[in-house]
Amino acid sequence: MINRSIFVLTLMGLSPFVMAASTDSYELSITNHRFEPAELIIPANTRVKLVVHNRDNSPEEFESHTLHREKIIGPNQSGVINIGPLPAGEYEFVGEFHEDTARGRIVVQ
Amino acid sequence: MLGTAIIIFREVLEAALIVGLVLAVTRGVDGRLRWVGIGIGGGILGAGLLALVADSISPLADGMGQEIINATILFFAVIMLSWHLLWMRKHAAEITQKVNQVGQAVSRGDKEPIILALIIGLAILREGSEAVLFLYGLAAAGSNSSELLLGASMGILGGIVAGSILYFGIARIPVGKLFQVSGWLILLLTAGLASQAVSYLVQADLLPAMGYAVWDSSFLISERSIAGHVLHILIGYVDHPMGIQVMTYSLTIGLLVAVMYVMSQQQAKTRS
Repeated sequence: MINRSIFVLTLMGLSPFVMAASTDSYELSITNHRFEPAELIIPANTRVKLVVHNRDNSPEEFESHTLHREKIIGPNQSGVINIGPLPAGEYEFVGEFHEDTARGRIVVQ
Repeated sequence: MLGTAIIIFREVLEAALIVGLVLAVTRGVDGRLRWVGIGIGGGILGAGLLALVADSISPLADGMGQEIINATILFFAVIMLSWHLLWMRKHAAEITQKVNQVGQAVSRGDKEPIILALIIGLAILREGSEAVLFLYGLAAAGSNSSELLLGASMGILGGIVAGSILYFGIARIPVGKLFQVSGWLILLLTAGLASQAVSYLVQADLLPAMGYAVWDSSFLISERSIAGHVLHILIGYVDHPMGIQVMTYSLTIGLLVAVMYVMSQQQAKTRS
C-alpha cells in the first residue's frame, strides 16, 4: 500500500517532465503582418508548444497580455512559445510591431 | 509616423523612467553625471549590439535564448539596485548632511558610481534593443526614412519628457525626506523588475506559473492604459499577476527590508 502510494507520488512528481517530452506543437505563421490562422484551438490544462513562423521581412513581437508572453521573432525566423497548462477561456495575442493588423486569439477548451 | 512614435515611446519609457528615478535619488553623489553619461552611452551601444545578434541568440537554449537573456539582464539589474539601496541606506545621514551644505557633493573611493552606470546601462540595453529591432524592421520594409526618423525622434523625446517629469517630481521632495521616499521607490522598482525576470523564466518553462491570474484588477487600472504601464515600470504593477510573480515580489521586498533592518540595528549599536 505504502509502496504503491510512493510509486504514484513519484509518477506525479515526474509527470511534468514526461509531459514536457510529449508536448503537442501548433504552428502559426505571420504573413503581411497577419497571423495565419488567426484563431487556434488548444486543449485545456495541457502544455503545448506554439511555433510561430515569421514569413515577413521585418521582425515582429508576439505579445499576449493574458498569457504573460512576449517574444521577438526575427524576419524569416521561427520562434517557440511555451503555453499552458491553461484553464478554458479565450486568450488574445497581437504582433506588437503591427498591432492594427496582427491580431489573433487562442481558444482553450 | 505616429504609430512609430507610440511604439518607440513605449519601448523608451521604461529606460527613461528608470534613468529619471536613479538621477533624482542620487543627488549628492559626486561625479554622477559623468557615470550616468557612461551608462546611457554604454546602454545604447549595447542595445545596438544586442539587436544585431538577436537572431543568433533566439535559437539558443532550445529556442529560449531570448527569454534567458532578458531574465539575466533583469536579475542583474535587481542585484545592482539592491546594492544601491543598501549603499544609500548606509550613507544616508552623511549624504543628506552634505547636500544640505549647498553644492557639497559626497566624494569617496566607492564603487557606487559604477553601479549607477550599470543600472542605467542595463535599463537602456533591454528596451533599447527592442526599439532598434523595430526600427530596423520598418527600414527593411522600405518605410519612408524621414518619417521613420521623425517618428523615432518623437518617441524618444516623449520618453525623455516622461523621465524628466518624474525627475523633477522627485526633486521637489525635500532632501531630508528624500531618503525615505527614494528608498521606497527603489525598493518597489527592484521588486517589480524581479517579478518581470521571473515571468521570463516561466515563459522559458524553467519555473512554474503557479496560476496565471491570482487576481484581475484590469477593470480598475488596466496595464495597457498609460497609468497602468507607468505603474508597471515603476512599482511592478501587473493587473493579473502570476502566482510566482506575487511570491517573487513579496520575497524581494521582505529580504531587502530585513537586511536594511539588521543594518540599522548594527549602526545604532556602534553609535551607542
